Amino acid sequence: MNMELSRRQFLRAGGAGIAGTTLGALGFGEAEVAHAAAIRPYKLAMTKEVRSSCPYCAVCCGMVVFSAKSEKTNKMEVTHIEGDSDHPVNRGTLCPKGAGALDYIRAKTRVKEPMYRKAGSDKFEPVSWDFAMDRIAKLMKEDRDANFIEKNKDGVTVNRWPTMAFLSGSSCTNETGWVTWKVTRGLGMPQVENQARI
Amino acid sequence: MFPPIPNPQAKPIEAKFGDKDLIKRSASNITPAAQRQTQVAKLIDVSKCIGCKACQVACLEWNNLTEEVGINTGVYENPHDLTPNSWTLMRYTEYENPESGNLEWLIRKDGCMHCEDPGCLKACPAPGAIVQYSNGIVDFVHENCIGCGYCIKGCPFNIPRVSKVDNKAYKCTLCSDRVAVGQGPACQKACPTQAIVFGTKDEMKQWADKRIKDLKSRGYNNAGLYDPPGVQGTHVMYVLHHADKPNLYSGLADNPRISPIVEFWKGFTKYAGLTAMVAVAGFGLLHHVVAGANRVTEHDEQEAKRLAEK
Amino acid sequence: MTNSWTDIKNADVVWIMGGNAAEAHPCGFKWVTEAKAERGAKLMVVDPRFTRSAAVSDHYSPIRSGTDIAFLSGVINYLLTNEKIQRDYVKNYTNISFLVKEGFGFEDGLFTGYNETTRSYDKASWQYEMGPDGFVVKDETLSHPRSVYQIMKKHFSVYTPEMVERISGAPKDKFLKVCEMAASCSTKDRTMTIMYALGWTQHSHGAQNIRCAAMIQLLLGNIGVPGGGINALRGHSNVQGITDIGTLTASLPGYLAMPVDGEPTLDSHLVKRQFKPIQANQTSYWQNYRKFYVSFLKSMYGEKATKENEFGYQWLPKLDVAYDVLRMFDLMHQGKTTGLLCQGFNPLMSVSHADKNRASLSKLKFLVSMDPIETDTARFWENHGEFNKADPAKIQTEVFMLPVTSFVEEEGSFTNSSRAVMWKWQAADPYAQSRKDIEILADLFIRIKKLYEKDGGKGIEPLMAVDWNYKDPHDPSADELAKELNGKALVDLTNAEGKVVRAAGQQLATFGEMRDDGSTNGVQWIYTGFYGPNGNLAQRRNNADPSGMSVYGLWGFSWPANRRILYNRASADPEGNPWSDAKKYVFWNGKTWGGADVPDFVPTNAPSNGSGPFIMNPEGVSRLFAAPMAEGPLPVHYEPFESPVANVLYPKIKGNPAARVFKGDMEVFGNAKDFPIVATTYRLVEHFHYWTKSVHANAVVQPEFFVELSEELAAEKGIKRGQMVRVWSNRGEVKGKAVVTKRLKPFKIDGKTVHQVGLPLNFGFIGETKKAAPINSLTPYVGDANAQTPEFKAFLVNIEPIAGPVA
Repeated sequence: MNMELSRRQFLRAGGAGIAGTTLGALGFGEAEVAHAAAIRPYKLAMTKEVRSSCPYCAVCCGMVVFSAKSEKTNKMEVTHIEGDSDHPVNRGTLCPKGAGALDYIRAKTRVKEPMYRKAGSDKFEPVSWDFAMDRIAKLMKEDRDANFIEKNKDGVTVNRWPTMAFLSGSSCTNETGWVTWKVTRGLGMPQVENQARI
Repeated sequence: MFPPIPNPQAKPIEAKFGDKDLIKRSASNITPAAQRQTQVAKLIDVSKCIGCKACQVACLEWNNLTEEVGINTGVYENPHDLTPNSWTLMRYTEYENPESGNLEWLIRKDGCMHCEDPGCLKACPAPGAIVQYSNGIVDFVHENCIGCGYCIKGCPFNIPRVSKVDNKAYKCTLCSDRVAVGQGPACQKACPTQAIVFGTKDEMKQWADKRIKDLKSRGYNNAGLYDPPGVQGTHVMYVLHHADKPNLYSGLADNPRISPIVEFWKGFTKYAGLTAMVAVAGFGLLHHVVAGANRVTEHDEQEAKRLAEK
Repeated sequence: MTNSWTDIKNADVVWIMGGNAAEAHPCGFKWVTEAKAERGAKLMVVDPRFTRSAAVSDHYSPIRSGTDIAFLSGVINYLLTNEKIQRDYVKNYTNISFLVKEGFGFEDGLFTGYNETTRSYDKASWQYEMGPDGFVVKDETLSHPRSVYQIMKKHFSVYTPEMVERISGAPKDKFLKVCEMAASCSTKDRTMTIMYALGWTQHSHGAQNIRCAAMIQLLLGNIGVPGGGINALRGHSNVQGITDIGTLTASLPGYLAMPVDGEPTLDSHLVKRQFKPIQANQTSYWQNYRKFYVSFLKSMYGEKATKENEFGYQWLPKLDVAYDVLRMFDLMHQGKTTGLLCQGFNPLMSVSHADKNRASLSKLKFLVSMDPIETDTARFWENHGEFNKADPAKIQTEVFMLPVTSFVEEEGSFTNSSRAVMWKWQAADPYAQSRKDIEILADLFIRIKKLYEKDGGKGIEPLMAVDWNYKDPHDPSADELAKELNGKALVDLTNAEGKVVRAAGQQLATFGEMRDDGSTNGVQWIYTGFYGPNGNLAQRRNNADPSGMSVYGLWGFSWPANRRILYNRASADPEGNPWSDAKKYVFWNGKTWGGADVPDFVPTNAPSNGSGPFIMNPEGVSRLFAAPMAEGPLPVHYEPFESPVANVLYPKIKGNPAARVFKGDMEVFGNAKDFPIVATTYRLVEHFHYWTKSVHANAVVQPEFFVELSEELAAEKGIKRGQMVRVWSNRGEVKGKAVVTKRLKPFKIDGKTVHQVGLPLNFGFIGETKKAAPINSLTPYVGDANAQTPEFKAFLVNIEPIAGPVA
């Protein structure tokens, strides 16, 4: 909004106003005449620019992400995304998924807070992070204690927890991947898979 | 590869053109800018287009447009037509080439052609609602739009759409806000295969020549540039494999020209001004101008003659 | 990808098959349109449908889904019989002259050593003949009947153009045009690139599809050279990196292996993998396996990993069996799994046989979804009518939906399909209450450890042994983790003369610095160098192309060792000279190897030593004949498990004889009588898997599930364009709009008309697109014999119109 105003002021200051012969006939005053400029204010003025990478396919197109502080949330929020012209592979281009990534960040189905569905319930209920993490940790420990195998029948140390499964996301960063590996295998899970097969 | 335009910057930039660069203004007499800016053009190379709709999404995103989620009607086009929010649309044609026996999937990005002689502007009765800059961009000024829809009738490509929400006409601006700061349009930036390139009109013609040579080497003997003279050329041009048959590409006009009714109307309003327009519209004489199809028909020709003789 | 996206520009012919790059990787596909526009390259596309890639191709051939091996074997036969092979390359860089042991044979579609009960092979007879010197026996004249060349000529001779047409439905003239275009790249100055994706992998014989392609490229001399290669166009943004890190049941980071029950000690594990060369003077790089393994263990267990405790080897879980995703869901279905954590994963949509999976999820005690957006899986218990039939009251699974940051709300590295590791920076604050995956996992790990500290329990020692030495244990930073991936010196590393080459605490510059005595760490050796002593090279953003060969060596870091084309030693002839000026890339300058790229070779290893370019193989050369494959050392045409016709060549064999089928799944394969129509699934360019149905703009441009079918099938069934149709298999059904198109045509298979329909996979019951049942309601539960990738690309269905208004 501020940007829009400053742009309009800029236009007015620049003496860009026009007064067509019949404009007055339609009841436009002088102020509106100045507003009649067709060209929209440049929407990236006063934003912050960061280099990112498209989250979708494995071309990993370079992205330039523009963000600004939201008055509503007091957080830096993304205002626009476009391809990074410097990137040797995508050269600034994006496909329809990448070009619409802003709508992913602000998707209606984004999860806002931890949600919990009780056994047999027909709905999700919001819960605190503490509740969710405590409950998950407890459920995992109970099962690990019940099913962890330290040695197999031949006496070989196997340290395996075969009843817990983890599907690892292939749109996570390498660094997340390493934490995932460490935590899942550290707990002894053999059932760890990612999207490579599917 | 056509050299990519450098990334936009996150700081205020002075617009490189504005109202001082107008050369035409609807229903107004203006003194065109003394010095014309270099003419720009967007070149759409249909032979490189994969129909991915990145242009459609980039257009929605950049222009803050929210389109409705529609339905599938058995075709790839979505939405099903241009709308006040969808200023560009991929159109698909399955063509069995009788000469080669091969199937061709002809995909064309539809949208405003930014005619050098814009029929919309000529038809528009609202002063300053449609303007043309000296670089060739034809833009709508919504504050001045009265939602009459005459621009649709005036357009030989059937492009503008009037919004039911605010009763204003909308179409592609060629991202005038981006071009003003030295960028290309959002659709061009996104286009994955560089089927859309943007630059000066001369550069685009040269680039098209190169593409046409490549197409001819692949057996498309009628490959050529679509820059129709009937509207004195356009600032959005196509490279077509079958430039002899533009109509193959989802009905792209073979010989677009402004409806004779509009030509008549233009002459009429020029003298009579706005009050006459209101009067004529009141009599409903030109109702079919907005209600009817926009192709130039025999009926239109006769109607124009009748009006002129009146 | 052996090569890079930008290298496609150097290709003279681009062959897309088993994929649809224009649709699935549009911005990578630009390098195809570049090669066409700037180089005059020709593009050919082989696909059951006339795709978006085909729309800009020079040649298109149809093919019935699931018959790629017949088609590709036909191309191999064409190249062999017409002598369209790059002979110098093939003789020197492949095992074509190797002799196979006496006793090897192939009859009635089966190789020697088959066990019908276990559906597996004893591969003893598939091995090379070894000489008394411990090296393989070769026949340089290629005339020995047991030479790989002669075996191949005989094996592929059945795949004549006529046979290819009978099996695959590809018209002979269209097939031969493909052969000719490929053969045009058997010269030393021309190269072809092959681009594929899940259209080749998602078959019960997927790995052999790709083997065929690799064999074609080797015969043409197109591996390791610019504009060539086998290019797997991978799906998710970081599926390459996540595969590298090895969150796969049998993987350790960097393509090392998980221990199995049969490897009770570290040595017993290592000894199987440190392959000795089987030809003189070969590199056989896996001899260094021990260094990489020990360095990994030092990263995993830190100071607790010592020589005395086998560097913590015993703390790693050992596998009794591989728990691939199909087995995972089968065990869940048997009620043997308690909990499932899904991190950015929507298995109800993405795993075959959705009804089975919904039942499997219902048997869990708890399910956790960590995702920025709601997934269909997280709501599997919710009733969405025909799109997701469920009775919440009967489902006792506790479900958690944890909000996770999106890609712009955290920093870190992604590895693209061509192995380039690139950094992204954080652009926005976390949305609402969302947290990073790293924070959530760290929190969970710490909470569980605390519970054990407090209450005790099973398996405490391996759990507590895990090194967790981060500045903020609750939020390890991307920078710290990236450094760990690379590895560092733990003590001063000295060379043979005693000089310190890497001081204690310094990051390692290359994996060549890794040691097997516990003096180095490093999570995954292949990434070593990406965060070396000179900092985080994934952050490099210099887009210069100094050689003009489309090599961007200063942008990010391409593993291994910043190499952009793998096996690039093969771009030069045995003497070390470029095969041609047109494809000059890596060559011997008299003293060292150099050129446009980092040589994939010991830089000082002179050509006169005769070391082969395929340094990861103990042979030193590549394998046209490959004994490690599950279903045979050479590809064979096997029909998909659901096929409209019997195998024309081997009528008795149903499906891939070595593919694993679980109890209950074999019984629900459909037959050709009830389900006469071939179906295949694929993604649309407007959508990414199951995410973008939640993304408004993408829902706008592709709003609703549809079924693609030919005009002929539509006429036969009375289906009109835009009408709702029902498609059903022996496992489930879906309903969608009919897209009647000329881009699909009926096939003539062995004289019989066979129809195929196309089913886009991107729709579901959560999001902004119109609700649809998961496409995997239809797909069969069987995977590739080697990789267990489900057979999504070829199965049987039937179709009928649904009465009602046409859209």
